[in-house]
Amino acid sequence: MTASGAALHCRGLIKRYGDVTAVAGLDLEVRAGECFGMLGPNGAGKTTTVEIFEGLRDPDAGDVEVLGDRWHGDNLRLRARLGIQLQETKFPEKLAVAEVVTLFRSFYPRGLEVGDVLALVGLQDKARAQVRTLSGGQKQRLSLGCALVGDPELLFLDEPTTGLDPQSRRQTWEIVENLKARGRTVLITTHYMEEAARLCDRVAVVDHGRVIALGTPRELIASLGAEHVIEFAVGTEQGQTGAGAGSDRGQTGAGPGSDPGLAPLRPGSGPPIDDGMLAGLPTVEKVARDGGSWRLTVREVHRAVPALLSALSERGLEPTELTTHHATLEDVFMALTGRRLRDG
Amino acid sequence: MTAEPAPAYKVRGPLIELTRARVYELTREPEAVFWVFVFPIVLAAILGLAFRSKPPEPLPVAIVAGPHAEARLAALSGGPDLKPTIVSEADAPLALARGRVVLVISGAGTPSYQYDPTQPESRTARLAVDAALQRAAGRGDAFTPARVEVTEAGARYVDFLVPGLLGMNLMGTGMWGIAFSLVVARNGNLLKRLVAAPARRSHLLGAQLTSRLIFLIPEAGALLLFAYFALGVPMRGSVLLLAGVSLLGALAFSGLGLLTAARPRTIEGVSGVMNLVMVPMWVFSGIFFSTERFPAALQPFVQALPLTALNNALRAVMLEGSGLVPLLPELAILAGYGAVSFFIALKVFRWQ
Repeated sequence: MTASGAALHCRGLIKRYGDVTAVAGLDLEVRAGECFGMLGPNGAGKTTTVEIFEGLRDPDAGDVEVLGDRWHGDNLRLRARLGIQLQETKFPEKLAVAEVVTLFRSFYPRGLEVGDVLALVGLQDKARAQVRTLSGGQKQRLSLGCALVGDPELLFLDEPTTGLDPQSRRQTWEIVENLKARGRTVLITTHYMEEAARLCDRVAVVDHGRVIALGTPRELIASLGAEHVIEFAVGTEQGQTGAGAGSDRGQTGAGPGSDPGLAPLRPGSGPPIDDGMLAGLPTVEKVARDGGSWRLTVREVHRAVPALLSALSERGLEPTELTTHHATLEDVFMALTGRRLRDG
Repeated sequence: MTAEPAPAYKVRGPLIELTRARVYELTREPEAVFWVFVFPIVLAAILGLAFRSKPPEPLPVAIVAGPHAEARLAALSGGPDLKPTIVSEADAPLALARGRVVLVISGAGTPSYQYDPTQPESRTARLAVDAALQRAAGRGDAFTPARVEVTEAGARYVDFLVPGLLGMNLMGTGMWGIAFSLVVARNGNLLKRLVAAPARRSHLLGAQLTSRLIFLIPEAGALLLFAYFALGVPMRGSVLLLAGVSLLGALAFSGLGLLTAARPRTIEGVSGVMNLVMVPMWVFSGIFFSTERFPAALQPFVQALPLTALNNALRAVMLEGSGLVPLLPELAILAGYGAVSFFIALKVFRWQ
């Protein structure tokens, strides 16, 4: 452990691939015993960062300390204290599950019994099954088992549930929660905000190779200043283009005024919706446009929604879509970057 | 962390576990078992059958119909070497051109021989016909030589072939066996994952070599036992020396396989490099025919190939009963290829 009691910390980490800067001066500290999440879209630099932590890549600049040790050469002693799951590993198709775990167990001077690892990841019944017969979720749990076999002090999980069905994802989450309960330090990367919210004690939101927000999931959501999000849309994209769209429609035949659904598209039927108007609605903290829809971060849904609806109808507009939800880490990411996590 | 009682799994050292995994992988792949163990035997059997030693067949010769034809037929029918027939003057050129006969005898008083001097059979026929006709015309033999016929094992084509096939198989499985599994493991991130776990790189590569040597025993053994018992191929030298030569050959080609697989990320990529290395040796290294057939200018290249050295050494032990010392140049070539390629492979190896 470092003096600060951190299981891992890094300062000013930089990694470039040609012209692309994958990691752009990243600082991070993972405390012993916590489950730390790196949340960010694909291409945010999460995997590169983790592989530097794992000693699989050399940074161009920056300082990394893992369990109070540093990477020099292979450093097998440090490696033996870590558990590493890569984003995707194809284990030998013709080997049985227990054989793969046994193989990985042989690399560690100390660790868990093979049978216990199989039980831990719920693969006891598959011990004799060849890898090629496993489902995607089972393969992922085998991979997790191979990361656990050395009874690691620090476990790295890179996108452990990407591409898994909901049931396999929940099984993986239960295994990680089980490890948390045993006081293991876990660093997990993900682009699923539910995963980060459920598993992680603290989350670093990562974008373009930098940490843009850090805190507990609750703190991050609280930083929005309000706990609810209202999303609504009025009409199609043409609705926002105003006069041009209206005149196009006029030429198609039917009178624009005869169809109530087209009413919002008519120019001049009232003052347009703008950010200022929306920000003035009761309890609204933040207004954002996302393509053809608006997102309002609000403190009180029951006051904001009626005011929104009446403001729209004053302008002759009717929402084609209206949803509300509790603010999530996704909303935090959107508030910070203006993009969705899944868009990458 | 203990759960409910689980069956105990014995965990041995990493080199043993890695080797074991390789052996399981290969033996659970039916195609691999066929190509490594069965194919060389089938090939030896088929080629042995095709080129089996046949009893000498009489040479067909034609006598052009005419006043002397019957007398000549009688003169040539005496021995086992010739099969004479009488043909019309019109048919004779065609019979020769088509290869139905190798020589045509014509002429009224003094016979004349028509034949193609570039064909060994035609030249043999000319000697035999001339001797028989001269003898019939009254020439006596100065002496009767003793005949010693040599058709023993060791000089047949199949005897030449089997050591060549053994060498070819050692090259093929040595290179493919190592390269294929390494490239698949690299492509599937398995190599990276093994390195990420505290697996030693020397163990990872060492296990590849160890498993190759384990497979060498049944692989070479099956072919040699079949050749010895079913084809009667001789084993004149020491079995131990043959095993040693095979071992060194397997190691040399494992090193080359390691080098070939040191960088490519895909099977397609490694296949190209593999063909570049192996095809010249299939052609030049004397698997199916002797390297002596290549012109002198090519010989330095031909003799420097590792498979040429291996094939020469295997043939010397099996067919000539050679000892260790005369083989030292060949063994040095093999050891050199193995050591240099292994060393370079370690330097340039791509782990992820």
